[in-house]
Amino acid sequence: MRRFTLIAVPYLWLLALFLVPFVIVLKISLSDVAVARPPYAPHFDWATGIWAFLSELDFENFTWLTEDDLYWKAYLSSLKIAFVSTVLTLLVGYPMAYAMARAPQEWRATLMMLVILPFWTSFLIRVYAWMGILSNEGFLNQFLMWTGMISEPLTILNTNAAVYIGIVYTYLPFMILPIYAALERLDESLIEAAEDLGCSRFTAFWLVTIPLSKTGIVAGSFLVFIPVLGEFVIPSLLGGSDTLMIGKVLWEEFFSNRDWPVASAVAVVLLLILIIPIVLFQRNQQKQQEAEQ
Amino acid sequence: MTIPVFEPWNDPEAKPLIQFQNVTKRFGEFTAIDDLTIGIYEKEFFALLGPSGCGKTTMMRMLAGFETPTKGSIYLAGQDMAPVPPNKRATNMMFQSYALFPHLSIWENIAFGLKREGMPKNEINDRVEEMLRLTRLDKFARRKPHQISGGQRQRVALARSLAKHPKLLLLDEPLGALDKKLRQDTQFELMDIQEKTGTTFVIVTHDQEEAMTVASRVAVMDHGKIIQVATPDRIYETPNSVYVADFIGEVNIIDGLATPNGEDSYAIAWKDGQAPLNVKSPNKFSDGQKCHLAIRPEKVTINAEKPTGVDNVVEGKILDIAYLGNISTYHVELPSGVVIKAQAANTRRISRRAFTWEDTVWLSWTATAGVLLAD
Repeated sequence: MRRFTLIAVPYLWLLALFLVPFVIVLKISLSDVAVARPPYAPHFDWATGIWAFLSELDFENFTWLTEDDLYWKAYLSSLKIAFVSTVLTLLVGYPMAYAMARAPQEWRATLMMLVILPFWTSFLIRVYAWMGILSNEGFLNQFLMWTGMISEPLTILNTNAAVYIGIVYTYLPFMILPIYAALERLDESLIEAAEDLGCSRFTAFWLVTIPLSKTGIVAGSFLVFIPVLGEFVIPSLLGGSDTLMIGKVLWEEFFSNRDWPVASAVAVVLLLILIIPIVLFQRNQQKQQEAEQ
Repeated sequence: MTIPVFEPWNDPEAKPLIQFQNVTKRFGEFTAIDDLTIGIYEKEFFALLGPSGCGKTTMMRMLAGFETPTKGSIYLAGQDMAPVPPNKRATNMMFQSYALFPHLSIWENIAFGLKREGMPKNEINDRVEEMLRLTRLDKFARRKPHQISGGQRQRVALARSLAKHPKLLLLDEPLGALDKKLRQDTQFELMDIQEKTGTTFVIVTHDQEEAMTVASRVAVMDHGKIIQVATPDRIYETPNSVYVADFIGEVNIIDGLATPNGEDSYAIAWKDGQAPLNVKSPNKFSDGQKCHLAIRPEKVTINAEKPTGVDNVVEGKILDIAYLGNISTYHVELPSGVVIKAQAANTRRISRRAFTWEDTVWLSWTATAGVLLAD
């Protein structure tokens, strides 16, 4: 009985805070826009009954998503930005995680603290801080002009480059921590064994360290890729008008156009796209657990 | 027909395969190896024996190339090894933790070193099959290391380190993780494989029985120095110091003062009121020099009646009996309070044992039974 209660709590939580809202969003996505409050129709009415209500729902909004090329371009562009950011975060995060795992034992806790430290300030404030750094009169340009490396300020803010900088900065800890966990467990004698059997430092790294930290790399990549795909704050604050991301489109449909049904359809499709990496992520975690047994 | 005796260390012509020349290794303030010079010969099974922290593992890691000497040089087949990185050395190591690659199958683990050499594929196949047969692992080739038992993992580690035909195989506490029975079987297997392949083995162990079983020569180490290097029987029978005598097997140490009373013969005054002990010793002692008589329990005879015509005899009372099945060790307390251990084979059933607790007995041993050691 106690076990049942323990299991029931997370399921109830999921039901109340994910499944029910999702069903509501799904229902809105199948509705039509209406000048009303809330701005969609039909509404469920006990008098006409459930069948009359259901018969008024249709897939019109989803068809619309395929007709206007804004949407699929936004999805594709989001996938591209998420993919590139994941690769960039991996390239920056792996060496950091490696250095942390190789650092003397007594430093590791401090280094870990430094990685987590940014979470102590609001995410929004940190993104605004990047605006201050990257703008034309920002710290970065001032510094570069002071050193004499450039004579004209670089335009970074409101470009895709600024979006990548912001994403890599924000999501770096999610990449570092799982890789660090995998590397820290790595037995040093495996590297020595590889060298003993004729590997150079680099081949030992490539043939032993990388494969054995694979689960960490995969976990970190999904932890970055999944949220970045739907990212809204970073592209809207740091990106320019040409930065097309589905999170931004969603926001505009919802708040500027007040087209709740289309916005909901965008959200449902985004969720369907996200299911694929989430399932892959789950499978990676499972494989890791099996390997540890 | 005489079997040629394998003892290159007695042959002045023989060149050692490995030569440590005044090697010192320091880690900060700590001296792990202290001015050590020794030669290890080809086809030897050489054991480094000592308590943990005595420097034996450091010696092995210097041979593998994971540590470099602070001072002195190490030669392998006449070549100075200092500038050679581990991956370019003709040595392979079997790690204490086995260090098998968990993401590779047994087959791929064994082939790992061969692939790095760039050996042709069919030759790799043949060599891996050969190693699998040698270590009786044919059936497990496709499994991953976590899917086989500890004893099998140990054999994979051995096969992997032997696959590249190393000139020198280093074994770091290879049997530490196995239980006693399996360890004994594996010891003989190791000797067998060493003989078959003709590879020089250097084994690090803290288990003296293991060292004695497998090795052609044993080096007993303490605090970064080699105290004695000799064949197992000489280490046991003629230890050169109280430390070695005490470290290897059980021993009675009797402290006393030597008085020469003939050629190679001494009278040892050891306790007031006890007759001096008669000892023959090739080691020279001056009159009144402090000395230690080391005598193995199995060389002390235990008698119910006072024996006559023996070199040494003392009377005592049985304090304790350690029954080990095949033999028993009797702890006999002398009137002076000294406890001497005597061992006797249990040739009779235990119910008919000749001695029991509190019995008065006589211990006797010959003048040559013990070894007389200087301070």
